[in-house]
Amino acid sequence: MRLERRPPSRLAAAAAPVVSILAALAAGGLMLAASGVNPFAAYAVLVSDPFGSAFGWSETAVKATPLILTGLAVLLPARMRLWNIGAEGQLQCGAIGATWIAVFTPIGHSALAVPALLLVGMGAGAAWCLVPAILRAWLSVNETITTLLMNYVALLLVDFLIYGPWQDPQGRGFPLSPVLPASAKLPVLVPGTRIHLGFALALLAVAATAFVLTRTRWGLEIRIIGDNPDAARYAGINLTRNILLVMAAAGALAGLAGAGEVSAVSGRLQQGLSPGYGYTGIIVAWLARLHPVATVLVAFLLGGLFLGGDGLQISLNLPIAVVYMLQGLIFFFVLGGEQLAGSRVRIGPRAPAEGGR
Amino acid sequence: MRGITKRFPGVVANDAVDFTAAPGEIHALLGENGAGKSTLMKILYGFYQPDAGEIRLHGTPRVFRSPKDALRAGLGMVFQQFMLVPSLSVVQNVLLGLPSQGWRLDERAAAASLAAAAARYGMAVHPWARVWQLSVGEQQRVEILKLLARGADVLILDEPTAVLTPQETRDLFDTLRRLAGEGRTIVVITHKLSEVMAAADRVTVLRAGRLVGTTPTAATSPRALARMMVGRETFDLPERDPVTPGPVVLEVRDLWADGDRGPDALQGVSLAVRAGEIVGVAGVAGNGQRELGEIVAGLRRPTRGRVVIAGRDRTGAGPLDAIRAGLGHVPEDRLGTGVAPRLSVADNLILKSYRDSRFGRGPLLNRQTVHQVARTLIRAFKIQTPGPDTPAGTLSGGNVQRLILAREISAGPRAILAFHPTRGLDIGATEAVHRALLAQRRAGIGVLLISEDLDEILQLSDRVAVLCGGQIMGVVRPGDVTVEQIGLLMGGTRLAVPEETA
Repeated sequence: MRLERRPPSRLAAAAAPVVSILAALAAGGLMLAASGVNPFAAYAVLVSDPFGSAFGWSETAVKATPLILTGLAVLLPARMRLWNIGAEGQLQCGAIGATWIAVFTPIGHSALAVPALLLVGMGAGAAWCLVPAILRAWLSVNETITTLLMNYVALLLVDFLIYGPWQDPQGRGFPLSPVLPASAKLPVLVPGTRIHLGFALALLAVAATAFVLTRTRWGLEIRIIGDNPDAARYAGINLTRNILLVMAAAGALAGLAGAGEVSAVSGRLQQGLSPGYGYTGIIVAWLARLHPVATVLVAFLLGGLFLGGDGLQISLNLPIAVVYMLQGLIFFFVLGGEQLAGSRVRIGPRAPAEGGR
Repeated sequence: MRGITKRFPGVVANDAVDFTAAPGEIHALLGENGAGKSTLMKILYGFYQPDAGEIRLHGTPRVFRSPKDALRAGLGMVFQQFMLVPSLSVVQNVLLGLPSQGWRLDERAAAASLAAAAARYGMAVHPWARVWQLSVGEQQRVEILKLLARGADVLILDEPTAVLTPQETRDLFDTLRRLAGEGRTIVVITHKLSEVMAAADRVTVLRAGRLVGTTPTAATSPRALARMMVGRETFDLPERDPVTPGPVVLEVRDLWADGDRGPDALQGVSLAVRAGEIVGVAGVAGNGQRELGEIVAGLRRPTRGRVVIAGRDRTGAGPLDAIRAGLGHVPEDRLGTGVAPRLSVADNLILKSYRDSRFGRGPLLNRQTVHQVARTLIRAFKIQTPGPDTPAGTLSGGNVQRLILAREISAGPRAILAFHPTRGLDIGATEAVHRALLAQRRAGIGVLLISEDLDEILQLSDRVAVLCGGQIMGVVRPGDVTVEQIGLLMGGTRLAVPEETA
């Protein structure tokens, strides 16, 4: 038995993600059953909590907000064949930056607090991402590794701050920063929900990314580099500058996600600010097949999975690991499905060699 | 080997070729690029299966289904790209392919026998050195030792001297001589006449997949071999309008450069192209053409010398400056460099000109203008494509080349660098490319044409520079020389020909 590569048919290309997700859920169901949980009950919670009510949908949108942004933070460099695994760390840095301006400077109490914390958050994320970008652009250091490792540094930096200099004096020794002033809270968009300005900004970022990629000279450069770096060099495109620009933009997007979380959701810098939004952004980008608009859809799906996971913890007493397991399975199956959609399984003896008689 | 025929899609690589090599001889297999030398030897080595013909080894018919079969029968081949594991030692590399001798490796014993063999055949190699530390010449010795360790008594070497210094070349032929002296058969694939004359006992010449003849080297001359290799005595010059060349638009002066295979791939190359003139660069592949082309296009930095485009010094200024100075570039590797294959035909047509203000204000790119320009170019250059949105990589080779020509010519260049512009194209597409280049000449553009296709060079060029070993052996006018004179220049022999004073 062997696999033959061929271009996927239209039907196979369209059906592959759906079939793959269903297969992933089936495999996940087996694992849940093996650990003594009724998979149907679990999946009922997973679906009904995020998507079964208006409130559920609104909460899913809250979770989807950072996922859209981190998804874009992975997608944009990936269009240039740069692998940004560091959206998690860039998000944390965005949160640090936003906390700093809101809590530790007078701007936090001014009318400029919200724009200021968003900009500083984006700047902090961009700066964090520029470290691996510079290493890549001038020293050809593999950005996959460095962006990943920078995540741990960022998380430890958060720990240092909330256990140390930024610890809330009124926090009874808990590792929390002081609460952001009310003036530094992102406005709620839909009254009665937690959907905040960040959601609108995320959608704007999607539109902007799509626009840049298809309607600007810079976007054409990114697409040329992503498709054939040799052709880009031949066309006189500056690869170094584009690596720096794209990585900075990616870091800014993830930083914006962090600023939004700190300001609108947690209200302070703390541990568990992100249940892995940055890493999930990788899955968002790939399931969206690197199309910016599709990230919204996928972010809702995976945001719903996070929300349903919260429900599982409460109602079935399952650990959050179930969510990560399902995320992993979906990612795994979708990638595999994509591969298989481009292949035909042949059972039998080897066909005659190419160029043969 | 008798009546060997091998067809690839669109080409007959070998057409009923006979080839015989005797024990104890060094046999040269001579021909231009694409003559079918490597294919023939890869068939012998079991790498390809022939479509027709028979292989006999020591008189008995044999079928080699794979190189493994051939190795077992005592055949060994050293490819141009070495098959060594860089992080392992020489001994380990030699042991790697040997038939299993149980699970324990006796590296020490192997090293001793390796050193003995190396000394016997005059191949200085340190058994414990890691392969990545070795020079190219040393790596080649390891390849040969590897085959000897497997008991090969027929050794095939594919262009073995292409990567060697003159000293290493002499050493290699010394070694081969000793190996042949013990009754082994050595086959050397080459295009260098001097090596054939210096080292081989007999020579077989292939041209365009067919056997031209086999002769003892003692009974032939470089001139005769050049004629056998290249084919005809005279050329048909196509009708070309007389164009009075204008000022120099592209010039390189005393260019030195390191290449991918080693230092000094170019050694003091000077060449000038005037407006309305096509200057051809002939030569066998790997003699500095790629380095010359890349330096002119700004993609590689010379170690010495200058590049002047349209009167301005562009040495080491980068590809964008070369484009802005007015250099059009039809690159060597059409799909690998010339286009972004998954992007649309339209995007590829504006691959360089997207910076123009006509395509939109500021950072914006006006898709409508892009499409409009693309449609115009598709029509003008007869690019056969379903539409401007079709991925460029799905087009045929000829249409990809039309796309590239459309882009480069429509940019209004002062000079065009055309590198292998018709390689792999069918007759129709080739003609279209030739017509386009001649039209550019008429329009007063200077064309630097680098090609392995001698016919093409001689048909199109006003002057021909012949490159060999990174040096220009001579600059000649196509009408003034015979094929054999060009062949001798390509083979690295300087001779008194009516040389152009350029």
